[in-house]
Parts: sequence; C-alpha cells; structure tokens
Amino acid sequence: MRLLIVLKQFLQDIRKQKLRTFLTTFGIIWGTAATIILVAFGEGLYKYQQKRFHGLGDRITIIWSGRTSRPYNGLPKNRRIRFTDEDVDMLKREVHGISVASPEYSRSASITYKRKTFNQDLLGIYPEWGIARNIIPEAGGRFIDEIDQEYRKRVVFLGTKVRDNLFGEGVNPVGEYVTIKGVPFLVIGVMKDKSQNSSYSGRDRHKMFVASTTFQTMFDRRYPNNMVYQVAEGVSSGAVLKKVYSSLGRKYKFDPDDEEALMVWDTVKSEEQWKPFFEGFKLFLGIIGVFTLIVGGIGTANIMYVVVKERTREIGVKIALGATRAHIMGQIIFESLLITAAGGTLGFFVAKFFEFIFPKFGLGEYVGDPIIAADAVIVTISIIGGMGFLAGFFPARRASRLNPVEALRL
Amino acid sequence: MRNGNLVSLKGISKIYNTGKVKVTALDEINLDFGRGEFIAIIGPSGSGKSTLMNIIGCLDTPSGGAYLLDGHSVAEMGIHQLAGIRNKKIGFIFQNFNLLPYATAYENVELPMIFAGLPGNHRKEKIMSNLAMVGLSDRADHKPTELSGGEMQRVAIARALANDPEVILADEPTGNLDSRSGDEIIRVFENLNEQGRSIITITHDMSIAKRCHRIIKIRDGIIESDTRNGNGVN
Repeated sequence: MRLLIVLKQFLQDIRKQKLRTFLTTFGIIWGTAATIILVAFGEGLYKYQQKRFHGLGDRITIIWSGRTSRPYNGLPKNRRIRFTDEDVDMLKREVHGISVASPEYSRSASITYKRKTFNQDLLGIYPEWGIARNIIPEAGGRFIDEIDQEYRKRVVFLGTKVRDNLFGEGVNPVGEYVTIKGVPFLVIGVMKDKSQNSSYSGRDRHKMFVASTTFQTMFDRRYPNNMVYQVAEGVSSGAVLKKVYSSLGRKYKFDPDDEEALMVWDTVKSEEQWKPFFEGFKLFLGIIGVFTLIVGGIGTANIMYVVVKERTREIGVKIALGATRAHIMGQIIFESLLITAAGGTLGFFVAKFFEFIFPKFGLGEYVGDPIIAADAVIVTISIIGGMGFLAGFFPARRASRLNPVEALRL
Repeated sequence: MRNGNLVSLKGISKIYNTGKVKVTALDEINLDFGRGEFIAIIGPSGSGKSTLMNIIGCLDTPSGGAYLLDGHSVAEMGIHQLAGIRNKKIGFIFQNFNLLPYATAYENVELPMIFAGLPGNHRKEKIMSNLAMVGLSDRADHKPTELSGGEMQRVAIARALANDPEVILADEPTGNLDSRSGDEIIRVFENLNEQGRSIITITHDMSIAKRCHRIIKIRDGIIESDTRNGNGVN
C-alpha cells in the first residue's frame, strides 16, 4: 500500500513534468546506450583484430635461419645457420610447450588448369601446419594428410583466391587435375576463406599447398625457408623460444643468447603487445560514454530539484503529520532511481538492438561488429545505480531539511 | 490519565530576524492547558497566533522560553523524537485541508499510520472507523477533487486522528468553508472533545469561538485575555 502511494506520487510528478521527465529519461537512455555501444565497439574491434591476427595462426612463432653475430667456441661470427626437417622434428620432441611444428618450403610456381595459367606461391608443409595456421577446408575437401606426406603424393590444396582465379568463385574443384610446373596434381581441397591481417609472404588465400616431401622431390630442396611452431595454451612463448635457441645452438654451435642466429616472429608476443592498446582504447571509449551518462545524471538531479520545489508544501504537510527524514528522502531517492532505472533499461535495449542491427550494414569488415560484454554492462549498471542514488540524494537532503513552517506557508 | 498539564509554555518568545528589522511575533507567552480542553485562539492577523500554534505543534522552535509537552522539554528532543510527537501526540488540521491530491480519502488517512510504521493489516479497521466518525464511510475511494470543501476537511480530521493523538491543533479549520460546512466541522470537534480529546483551534469567527470552552485572545505577540466560557467543562 505504501509503495502504491509512492508510485502514485511518482506518476503525478511525471504527469506534471512530462517534457522534463521525458528529456531526462532520454538523457539517461542516451548515456546508457552510448556507454554500452562505445565499449561494445572497443570490444568488437579488439575481437575482430584478434580474429584477423589468428588468421595468420593461433599462438604461433615463425623462425627463419639467420647469421651468427658473435664468435662462439672458437668459431667465427657471421656464419649462416640453416635448419632442416630433422631439426623441426627434434624441436617438437625436445622442447616442452611446442604442440605443433612444421617446416615451410616455398617458391613461386606456375599452375595451369585448362587454358588458364597463373604464377602463385607454392608451399611445402607438414599436415599439422594447417592446425597451426587455422586452415579449414571448404566442405567436400581436405587438407594435406600423413599419407600424402609419406608417399609424396602429387595432390594440392588451393588457397581460396587461387581457386577463384582458376576455376571461378565458389566452384568446387576437388577431383580436378591441375598442372604445377608441368606436373599433374590432383586438387584435394580449397581453403575456407579466413580473415588474416598479417603475413610474411602473402596471405594464405593466395597460396597452394603440397606435402613437404613432395615439394622436396620436385625441387630438390634440403633446407626449408622457415619453420612454424605452435605454442601450447598456458605456456609462455618466450620460454619456449629460449629453449629453441639453446637446442639449435647446441647442434649448430652458436651462442644461445645470439639473437641474430635465428630470425623470429613471435606472434603471441606481438599480440600481447597490442593488448594494452585495445584495453586503453576501450577504457577511453568507456570514459566518453560515462561522461555522457553523467550529463544524464545531472539532468535527473535537476528534475528532482524541481520535484522537491514543486512539492515543498506537500513535504511541509508530511513533516507536520510526522514523517521522518527517512520518509521524505526515501520517496525522492526512490523516484530518482526509478527514472534512472527506466532510462538505463531502455538504453540497454537500444544498445542491444544496435548490436543486433549493426552487422547488417556490413561495416564490420572495417571496424568489427560491436560486442556487448557482460562486464561492461555490469559496470554501466553500477554507475547508473550510483548516479541515480546521488541524483536523488542531494535534492532529497534539501527536502528533508525544509523548514515545515515555511513550507506550509507556500 | 496522567497528571499535570498537557502543554505548558513558560516565557515563550519568537523573534524573526529579517535583515535589520527584528519582528517579535511572540513576547514571553505563559500559557498552560490540560487534557480535554477545547480552546479557541483568536486575534487579528499578524498577532502571532499561528506562530504560537506552530510552536505548540513542534513545527517551529521558540527563540526563548521553555515548552513542556506532557512534562517533557521539547527543546531537548532530537528531530526523530519530534517527528514521533507530530506523528502520534498531535493531529494537525489546516485551513486549506492539505490533502495529498493524488491519493484517495482512505490513503490520506493512512499516511500518518505509514509514518508511524503501523503494519498494513492493522490500518484498515482504524481508517474505516475514522472515516465513519466523520461521516465519510462511503467516500473512502474518492480523491480530494471529488469531495466538497467540508468533506475534504472532514477527511483531514480523520487523518489527524489516525494515530489517536492527545491534542488536535486546527489552524482556521473553517476559514475556507461556507458556514454550514464550518458548522459540521465544529460539531465534529465538539464530539471529539466530549470523548476527552483536547482541541485547540485558531479562528476568526466569534460564533465558533463562543462554542469553545476557553478563548485566548492574542494581540501583538502577547496574550490579551484568557477567558473561560460559562458553559465550559473545566
């Protein structure tokens, strides 16, 4: 019953102050939606970049051979360090934390289908290379496997764009024969296109893949161009790299601290270096949103001051009837919380709707699609709650300090 | 009933400092009254009668003097205690009724009970009996705008009685009413007084004042006369 009276009073207030209440609530809606959407964009952009980064590979490190930069054990500096498939196998065996490792042979080669010929990068790799690089075959195809590897099969897996150029977009070429450098190859699969924002010799979608053994035979190669390994989840990529240096250093007699003996791209580390930037960016967007929200909060405090002013006489009557400070303040804080809660809820749904509708505009390719994360929502709700309370508290305190005699005289 | 006066004012004064000018609204008033009295306070406007009423009702604080309510010094009470006194010991009635416009008669009577923290299931019976006492049982669900002036003031009386106060303070309760409605209000007061309730009312209307048992006349902040009507109970 008491709540009912409080609600009736609230409805009376908003009826009297329709426009003002609407504008105030709108301010809260806007502030809430802006905060959540901005942070969602920060999150979305981060996730999008992460995904594109993982287009190159998931927790991978790429190593090229280098030259020693310091003398070691009586050997001069400036020696070329070149590793082989055996070294890749050895690292996978010896270094704890390497879950997948593969050499990578590459060169340009012509590929012909019917009358079309293109020059494309040809890669010779282990089957598990596909795991490290997040290669997923389109339906009906497969990646290079152990049997291809063991029997040096003449089968090829095509990057998405290679297939598009040669066969036409979306055509399934599995089972067709192409010729690479004049040698016939069976097409076994096409890569499902992936978003990839970094590479060292062109995107995977522009490449063709054969087993490393096949590659070695065709081109009489002994040294791979580079190797790729994947670091297991929960293992520090830096620690693994140190062991790689000492393991190869022991074999090729170079100082394990000689960084130039190998050329390294540790993508895990690169990604971690980006993280603070994105966290900071998200925080920046969040702060902008919160300021918008605070403006809404000031609006709420303002309308509550008006409510107190308009209700001065009534507050005087209530004091005369024995209302305590808690009664007077409770009502006003409650109304303030109600306005902000309503605005906050609507604002949340506006943001949710935005999250739903934005991907339909196809801009996600440039900035990523917004993602509303639970923690951002929880933080926003706490801010709205605190603000609603404060926006009510100060006007309420003024109301509770009214002199009843003066209030009644109005 | 306890012994002693219900209200005892000793040397009460009230001085308003409006910039350079000092206005003395009450000048060392001494006044006592007991339980069951029916008192009219009369006097021209600006004489200080409303100020006196507000001090008795614990809405205003005197600039000097001592006020004992039921033997307790009001000056020593905290805001919470004062709220309790306004809530339970005193029932206010105003010239312009001061009902909550969006609440029904029932809800208006309920308000002081809510402030008293009375549980919901205890309220209903009391509210209905109070409304019956002022003859408005059938108006419980009406809002103030749907009531006549006399009816509104009777709702206000029912509200003043919500927590069974010892004294009713009425500030010109008939000032906004036609004479017939005003007469009804005074009759309700007479009934309440017969049941032993103290009533203090400010009025301009001598015909009303004459129906009270004691008339206190105030002028320029002092008590000019304090007379008992012949038909008084005391």
